[in-house]
Amino acid sequence: MKKYESKRGAPFAKGDMTPMIDMTFQLIAFFMVLINFAAEDQNVRINLPASELAKPPDKPLESAITVQVTKKAEGGTVIVGPEETKVEGLLTLMHREAESIRKEDRVVGKATIIIRADRNAETGLVQDVITICQKAGFKLFRLRAEQKEART
Amino acid sequence: MKVRNVRRHDEDVELQMTPMIDIVFQLLVFFIMTFKIVTAEGDFSIKMPQAYESGDPSDDQPLVVVVTITARADGGLGDVIWASESKPLGEDAPYRNDPFGELRYRIRQYVNDDGTGKSTAAETEVELDCDRTLHFQHVMSAITHIKGYIDDKTNERVNLVEKIRFKPHPVGSS
Repeated sequence: MKKYESKRGAPFAKGDMTPMIDMTFQLIAFFMVLINFAAEDQNVRINLPASELAKPPDKPLESAITVQVTKKAEGGTVIVGPEETKVEGLLTLMHREAESIRKEDRVVGKATIIIRADRNAETGLVQDVITICQKAGFKLFRLRAEQKEART
Repeated sequence: MKVRNVRRHDEDVELQMTPMIDIVFQLLVFFIMTFKIVTAEGDFSIKMPQAYESGDPSDDQPLVVVVTITARADGGLGDVIWASESKPLGEDAPYRNDPFGELRYRIRQYVNDDGTGKSTAAETEVELDCDRTLHFQHVMSAITHIKGYIDDKTNERVNLVEKIRFKPHPVGSS
């Protein structure tokens, strides 16, 4: 068994590395494919309401802005992109968003506002958000819900 | 040159596996750590009348049902009232304590969704009049029950009323 002795002379078992590396690469490929970079706009502080009819959209929406609404215990704030504000400051933010849409030669009225409101957020606050977005020129709104398998 | 040639013919080149496996495990750990299971999300589109529209918004919509949802003091679900009826939904069998179940039943009745007659769901519009403090999940339940249902036999989604809007409130009012 001279072949399996190290140069120093001590015997050691030389395992076949190929299957292990195969498996490891498989695992890496699996996690790489599944990693979801689009999850950036999903805030951990927001627990979406569940609905059995909620289906992911067939195609991604053209120019969508996600507006997140937190529950009262979290401050009842509104989050647009990286910025968090009380509802009073939302109009400025939405005007800015509308401005950047116009700069890209797109129509504000065709941009969709996706509202991700916490399940315990106040309905009045959600309605305020919609009204303020309308003041900034937005017309299309979507309420986001989590998919639920259970049937009622 | 002679020495090298001899070496090449006699033994294989040893591939250094250790750094590669190190890196591969690093990558593996990175992807496992950043992996987050994301539940699928879906959207409901709602139709909002322009806040400063002139005239009664129900002028061009003859079939508007107003569903009122009140809130308890803690924001929980209070009463669900169909078209300003005196009695809230969910009081009688078989829909006792299931106001949204009865809401769906009433909607299906209202739009003739029995498979025989012509469904009027396309022309119908539902206006939700919710208390400000109501928790949003109850509004989502109401929207779910108004928008449609999943057929027990075919397991397919049946659409009911697509047009849902909130009753306009001035910002900050109760």
